[in-house]
Amino acid sequence: MSSTPSSSLHLAVALDGTGWHPASWREPAARPRELFTAAYWADLVTEAERGLLDFVTIEDGLGPQSSHFLDADERTDQVRGRLDAVLIASRVAPLTRHIGLVPTVVSTHTEPFHISKAIATLDYVSNGRAGLRVQITARPNEADHFGRRTIPRIDAYDSPAAREVVTDLFDEAADHVEVVRRLWDSWEDDAEIRDAATGRFIDRDKLHYIDFEGRHFSVKGPSITPRPPQGQPIVSALAHDTVPYRLVARAADVGYVTPYDVDEARALVARIRAEQNAAGRAAEPLHVFGDLVVFLDDDPAAATARRERLDALAGQPYTSDALIFTGTAPQLADLLQDLHGAGLSGFRLRPAVAGHDLPAITRGLVPELQRRGVYRRAYEAGTLRGLLGLARPANRYAATATA
Amino acid sequence: MSKPLKQIHLAAHFPGVNNTTVWSDPKAGSHIEFSSFVHFARTAERAKFDFLFLAEGLRLREQGGQIYDLDVVGRPDTFTVLAALAAVTEHLGLTGTINSTFNEPYEVARQFASLDHLSGGRSAWNVVTSWDAFTGENFRRGGFLPQEERYSRAKEFLATAHELFDSWHGDEILADRETGTFLRDAKAGAFVHTGQHFDIHGQFNVPRSPQGRPVIFQAGDSEEGREFAASSADAIFSRYAALEAGRAFYQDVKSRLAKYGRGHDQLLILPAASFVLGDTDDEAQELAKEVRRAQVSGATALKHLEFVWNRDLSAYDPEGPLPDVDPVVSEEHISRGRAQVRMYRDPLATAREWRELAAANKWSIRDLVIETGNRQNFIGSPATVARTINDFVQADASDGFILVPHITPGGLDVFADQVVPLLQEQGVFRTEYEGRTLRDHLGLAHPDQIGDDRRAAS
Repeated sequence: MSSTPSSSLHLAVALDGTGWHPASWREPAARPRELFTAAYWADLVTEAERGLLDFVTIEDGLGPQSSHFLDADERTDQVRGRLDAVLIASRVAPLTRHIGLVPTVVSTHTEPFHISKAIATLDYVSNGRAGLRVQITARPNEADHFGRRTIPRIDAYDSPAAREVVTDLFDEAADHVEVVRRLWDSWEDDAEIRDAATGRFIDRDKLHYIDFEGRHFSVKGPSITPRPPQGQPIVSALAHDTVPYRLVARAADVGYVTPYDVDEARALVARIRAEQNAAGRAAEPLHVFGDLVVFLDDDPAAATARRERLDALAGQPYTSDALIFTGTAPQLADLLQDLHGAGLSGFRLRPAVAGHDLPAITRGLVPELQRRGVYRRAYEAGTLRGLLGLARPANRYAATATA
Repeated sequence: MSKPLKQIHLAAHFPGVNNTTVWSDPKAGSHIEFSSFVHFARTAERAKFDFLFLAEGLRLREQGGQIYDLDVVGRPDTFTVLAALAAVTEHLGLTGTINSTFNEPYEVARQFASLDHLSGGRSAWNVVTSWDAFTGENFRRGGFLPQEERYSRAKEFLATAHELFDSWHGDEILADRETGTFLRDAKAGAFVHTGQHFDIHGQFNVPRSPQGRPVIFQAGDSEEGREFAASSADAIFSRYAALEAGRAFYQDVKSRLAKYGRGHDQLLILPAASFVLGDTDDEAQELAKEVRRAQVSGATALKHLEFVWNRDLSAYDPEGPLPDVDPVVSEEHISRGRAQVRMYRDPLATAREWRELAAANKWSIRDLVIETGNRQNFIGSPATVARTINDFVQADASDGFILVPHITPGGLDVFADQVVPLLQEQGVFRTEYEGRTLRDHLGLAHPDQIGDDRRAAS
């Protein structure tokens, strides 16, 4: 299918605190007291780069983490607190050379103008390795941190009222992404002319007002920051249902989905492609990545025992929106190849324990995939778009200007 | 016995928009590429400067309804650049302007607290305000803020941010693997703020940072701005880099500290200053003239005249006499998004005065703009400039300077190589960093050591 950009398998890792298991911070390999230092994040990202991964995502949120979907909890036995993901990505950018940096951005309470220039700048400081992962929040307590709006309380996840709230937030996210993307294009690539003869630093005809008018905000433009090296940094989003699939299909370069098996993976990809067709974007490349939580050990029994030990420490079995894989690198490679065959172009692995499972990915899984001939042996492109097989997009405003 | 010599504070401002930057110079590099920022920051750190300063822009300037195209246009995001610079420097403070009008306290507080963690305690925030609907057109908030509310919102914004910074005390994270206790206190970060501009509550999600709070800078010269700085800032970014005006400003602002229960050393006064260095004083004077001509092209001169005339003057010859027509006096100004507009309050009087000045000296439009415009603050040989700066500081006209070179990014190099060693020889500038944090460099106490007298008093 033309909308699958490349047949090679792509790998990303999702970084979140000491790992995705809530008791991960208690493992010997975890560094819970260093979570708020630059060195901790630099070590994780350089480890991911050592494994030739396409990119890392960095989780974020505008309130404390919680074991509840919608509310803060009062727990003291889990990691709470985190640093701003865009700033973490910027802080590690000069320490790395190849790996993509994709911080989470919460569209519900942030200004698209600020986000656009922040990610454009991340693209400059990383020489073309920036992206963002857009996320909504329906948490009332996070809305209370801003005091600008109230978000109606969702009672049941699939009630009509809940759907209405979530749809509204995703519509806003779609507008947010649209504004961000227009701002990235609001400078043509060659707008800076430094023409000493006329004294003009820029050619103002190559700067464009974006004049976005939406339900939640209107933004005039142009950006304060020139068009970033990639033209359009990567936009990605996690999706579990029709409304977010639509966001992925319309606005993203990479969508993350959470299939539990090959059949489900095939069905999810088909749904996203259908949405893509409906949006008139069928010809555009769009990666669909599978999200998996991973416990990786040399011996399957060791992985299972580790998971059980962590569950016991947490006081309850770990559950996730994504499939939880427990086993060895060859077993995971088998699964990934099967899912790849079902139409997923890559995977975003969520290490259960960052200090253990991330090196297990880079030093165990990656060599296994390389042996099978389905993974790169060296970074073959200088930008994140290049790694993902995506061309540098033409500027929408330049195109209309010459039409 | 003579008074002990004051130690000078020095910082470097990466030049942005406005015509300070001579982009046409063959030595001028990119003002966007990260390599320029790295060069600039490493030079400042090599010279043991206190900090690097980045301004912010939120809307491109316009004149006559068109984007202003004669000066450097465009700049990267402040937070993102500062976080990246934290990776390539070890000691240098990282100061950024962030507008309190088009942001929310929770987000800004977590960005500064994050920057402070990621830099090991080197962050500072230059709090500025804006009220114009023009800039507001880029934001959801829009341009609703009435001008008279700008300081009221800024003050409340800063107070709210301090409440968020202080919502963690620094001892909450136990991370005790044995007992399974990560947090000592489930309520870490709890805050409630109810005020005129913000009504927010919940839990702040960034633990206390190395400096407790970022260092707070304030710029602005109005009565309200001076009070705001005296009550709430650690340093003031002033524009009085001339000796007598500097002393007057210094005395005025420092005298306001007592009523807020603050000591003389708790607010540093740091004017922005430009400089031109030559092997001799005469050579520097010649070079300074050349720089001014490069900064003010004929086209730039006409645009500057338009600020006062408030009308299109593009038909005039910049090498010819000043316009005979009078300025247009109107609420609607030809120039938007440009701070200097406020400097021309009585355009008819300014026009009359300039015409007389130009006629008496036989100045063209361009000559007039060059002669009446900003001159470099320090011109001379390295020895002259070092002596002048030191005299200025010892005379209590400032506590140091924020230097703005006219070449990006290498314009600071000659200062670092030739002037700083002379200041060090005189014993008025550090030869090594003595601490790790920006508070250490500036001689400011950690907020945990000064208690909360300040807030109680304000």
